[in-house]
Amino acid sequence: MTGAARVLALYAVMAALILLVGLLQSWTVALAILQLSLISAIMSLGANIQWGYAGLFNAGVMGFAALGGVAGVLVAMPPVAGALAAGGLDLGLAILTVLATAALILFLRPRLPDLIRTPATLVLAFLGYLAMRRFLDPASAAIGSATGAQGYMGGLGLPILIAWPVGGLFAAGAAWLVGKVALGLRSDYLAIATLGIAEIILAVLKNENWLTRGVKNVTGIPRPVPDEIVLQQQPWVIDLAARFGSDPVMTAAVVSRLWYAVLFAIVLAILLWLSERALRSPWGRMMRAIRDNRDAAEAMGKDVTRRHLRVFVLGSAVVGIAGAMLVTLDGQFTPASYNPLRYTFLIWVMVIVGGSGNNWGAVLGGFLIWYVWVVAEPIGNWLTAHLAALASPGGWWDSHLRAAAPHFRPLLMGLILLVTLRFAPRGLIPEARGR
Amino acid sequence: MENFLNALVLFTNFVVIPATTYGAQLALGALGVTLIYTVLRFSNFAHGDLMAFGTMLTIMVTWGLQALGIGIAPLPTALLALPVGMIGATALALLTDRWVFAFYRHRRADPVIFVIASVGVMFVYNAITRFFIGVGDQRFEDGARFVIRVPDFRAMTGLREGLALRTSQVLTVVVMALAVAFVFWFLNRTRTGKSMRAYSDNEDLALLSGISPGHVVRVTWVLAACLATLAGVLYGLDKSFNPFVYFQLLLPIFASAIVGGIGQPVGAVVGGFVVAFSEVTLTYAYKGVLTYLLPEGMAPEGLVQLLGTDYKFAVSFVILVIVLLVRPTGIFRGKVV
Amino acid sequence: MSFLSARAMTGGYGATDILHGCAIAVERGEIAVIVGPNGAGKSTAMKAIFGMLRLREGEVRLDGEPITALSPQERVRRGMGFVPQVNNVFASMSVAENLEMGAFIREDDYSETMEQVFSLFPILYEKRAQAAGELSGGQRQQVAVGRALMTRPKLLMLDEPTAGVSPIVMDELFDKIIEIARTGISILMVEQNARQALNIADKGYVLVQGRNRYTDTGEALLADPEVRRTFLGG
Ligand SMILES: Nc1ncnc2c1ncn2[C@@H]1O[C@H](COP(=O)(O)OP(=O)(O)OP(=O)(O)O)[C@@H](O)[C@H]1O
Ligand SMILES: [Mg+2]
Repeated sequence: MTGAARVLALYAVMAALILLVGLLQSWTVALAILQLSLISAIMSLGANIQWGYAGLFNAGVMGFAALGGVAGVLVAMPPVAGALAAGGLDLGLAILTVLATAALILFLRPRLPDLIRTPATLVLAFLGYLAMRRFLDPASAAIGSATGAQGYMGGLGLPILIAWPVGGLFAAGAAWLVGKVALGLRSDYLAIATLGIAEIILAVLKNENWLTRGVKNVTGIPRPVPDEIVLQQQPWVIDLAARFGSDPVMTAAVVSRLWYAVLFAIVLAILLWLSERALRSPWGRMMRAIRDNRDAAEAMGKDVTRRHLRVFVLGSAVVGIAGAMLVTLDGQFTPASYNPLRYTFLIWVMVIVGGSGNNWGAVLGGFLIWYVWVVAEPIGNWLTAHLAALASPGGWWDSHLRAAAPHFRPLLMGLILLVTLRFAPRGLIPEARGR
Repeated sequence: MENFLNALVLFTNFVVIPATTYGAQLALGALGVTLIYTVLRFSNFAHGDLMAFGTMLTIMVTWGLQALGIGIAPLPTALLALPVGMIGATALALLTDRWVFAFYRHRRADPVIFVIASVGVMFVYNAITRFFIGVGDQRFEDGARFVIRVPDFRAMTGLREGLALRTSQVLTVVVMALAVAFVFWFLNRTRTGKSMRAYSDNEDLALLSGISPGHVVRVTWVLAACLATLAGVLYGLDKSFNPFVYFQLLLPIFASAIVGGIGQPVGAVVGGFVVAFSEVTLTYAYKGVLTYLLPEGMAPEGLVQLLGTDYKFAVSFVILVIVLLVRPTGIFRGKVV
Repeated sequence: MSFLSARAMTGGYGATDILHGCAIAVERGEIAVIVGPNGAGKSTAMKAIFGMLRLREGEVRLDGEPITALSPQERVRRGMGFVPQVNNVFASMSVAENLEMGAFIREDDYSETMEQVFSLFPILYEKRAQAAGELSGGQRQQVAVGRALMTRPKLLMLDEPTAGVSPIVMDELFDKIIEIARTGISILMVEQNARQALNIADKGYVLVQGRNRYTDTGEALLADPEVRRTFLGG
């Protein structure tokens, strides 16, 4: 099969799989799968920009996605009354301290003699940290006590859609910092460093109550789409329901989900278009040339590390956008729900299975693997139920097996990753080799 | 003087002892990671879950032994079950190598491909462990829990502050010292150990000398799996067992290996203690210690804690960043390929 | 039949052939030298003979027996030793450990062989506890040759043993190589210093673009005006 025909056929199969859920089970479930597939596809696209274009392994996708989520809170939540008055000044000073310390270090470093440069930098950074704590701690306490049950600053009260690009910016900023440190060294240092930054980002989000309410979660994030309750009463929805012979509640749910899906699809289409253009541009060709033969590229005088930094930041930004979209869809931000298997390594399975280096592949991978992730649970239940049936019912083995059903998911994902990597390392839609 | 002693006891009890124990656990983990790195040349992301698997087996056997009433009090029963955990983890690691990593080794694949494959392996290990033992916290320490108890120490010294030394802490340090000594002896004195170093130094020349890569790789996995199980069981005895926590230990373990100089066994051990002491000293609240040391009336109001314990992973990360910025080869000049 | 005989070797690293019907033969206790311009395929021929390169065509025989299908390790067991052109020592290991690793396949007591290597290269005995990576280039070449001798090979293959070595040390190394050959070990050597090498060679091969251009005794090649003009620089 030629390339384009194969892509088309695979996408058709994917569409059929989702339709099948709609026909056999319910349209709301099918649409829920579609929504998260779209978001997964964007994350996978972001990871593919890093891995497929440049061979960078980012083990901290989760952290960048969570940063995107923070953008959702900070942009769209209404400001909490009294928070700014209580802690605003100290908070501002804390931020100023960080900036001033950074500026001071950047200014002094080149001017210091080699011998004391590093120790002086460390001492300065440490003092800067202490100074920041001097302002941050009272700010955090003041905000906490001034805002009562809310307990946090709230956001800017802007439309949630603005949070999507802002989420990208947040992630890009964090990626720039990590990339600056870890790029240009051994390839797996980046993986380890990103693994670390993701843990830290989540630690901050879980513990800095003034910012994100920590583990108390932020709920009720404004929606970009009319509420289902509102939709149910719209005349056109009632009309539509009557035409399809369905009830308005059901129709409103479908309409609302479709609405989200369309928004997500637009973002995906734009990002995919941009990624494809980038990949085919001279820049994209150069990136792949660097990936395939780093030494030769370096010999030609290309600054590989700087170019990798750019790709790394871009890819992380895309993940950040998807992270913000995810929070938008959920309507809440729950730091404790981020775990690396689901938010980092699952994305990797998507990229590898879809086809590293091929944007269409990465998107397909996002759809397919999310689908498998969702159906893995019923399959796991079914499998364990059958296995349990072999054992004596009600016995230890029986109950143990039933309880173990959820663990089928990671097993399946691991096996899919390993099998793909081994037998079809270029994925379902391989990268076009002709440049 | 008495104030000073009290401060010292407090500091020892809450910083020195826990950090030493934790350092020993990290050292064992990092030693395994570094061995895999030096022979197979990749950072094994499945190491945390290998630790969890070996520990899980040990716990299962421990429970079995406890149910049968077999024990080696005052030592924890887990010590008796340990060999089973080690053998199980070794078998799993060897099977994984045969089914997964050997293929990429023969193709001389890029290290990052190994890393990604190790992610797949991590998923599978994780599923297996959780399948058997679930996702919750498990405690399996038994036997005499303390070598020194707080009240006994107070009675003994007449100081206000007490000091506790748990059996698992002493055990951790002793076992770690023995294991490290064994690994060093093995690498530097035995023919097989030397062939491992030779293979890691120059693969092609090792082949020309008739060193069988398969054998070297198998021995490496055996060592790494046993060290991982040891580290996991000691950590679990000291704190508690939780599969996800073991996955999270990857970060401090990698940090330890890199700080010491990845590929350098001595470095892994030193790195383990560097990371552990940094973590514990930075997240400890010094209020009590300072209250004893400072003149009356100057006692601090706050906790005097540099970093909340929830941010302990940040310490590993910051250490990692400093090393990468200042000396990417680590303290003992590891390999940076 | 020659002790080592490689016939019609054709093959390369990938799609394109580097060797085109190249043939090399070495008699027992003889020194054979391969010379030729850079990139001629000399190292490639050595690797092919040692089984580190898959041949498309051709055959390698050792002592009359075909060994084409054997792995390098098996060839070591059959009595071949190889010193590669680059990365030929375990840099992080001590000199003594390097020799020990050379003897890895031996089950018997190899201390006597180690004594012999030390008496051949006394400097190695002095430096035995030092890491090979910390030695000078000439000393490192001695470690490399010593390592290969530890299996007591019947055929020793050396790829540019004098690369990056000062003229005095080079002469010394050549003397040692003659000394080794006197003990009955056949030697196949690639050399950039063609004159000196052909001087001590019983047989010489001039390789150009993967093909045998001239084959004769060392003496005859040195005397051939054509060879002198094109390969020995006048
Ligand atoms: N590992 C390799 N992979 C692919 N091509 C190689 C490899 N090694 C050598 N070549 C190619 O094979 C050809 C012959 O190389 P070879 O090393 O055999 O030359 P040589 O005669 O030993 O040269 P020199 O005198 O410089 O050592 C060269 O064109 C080189 O580019
Ligand atoms: Mg050569």
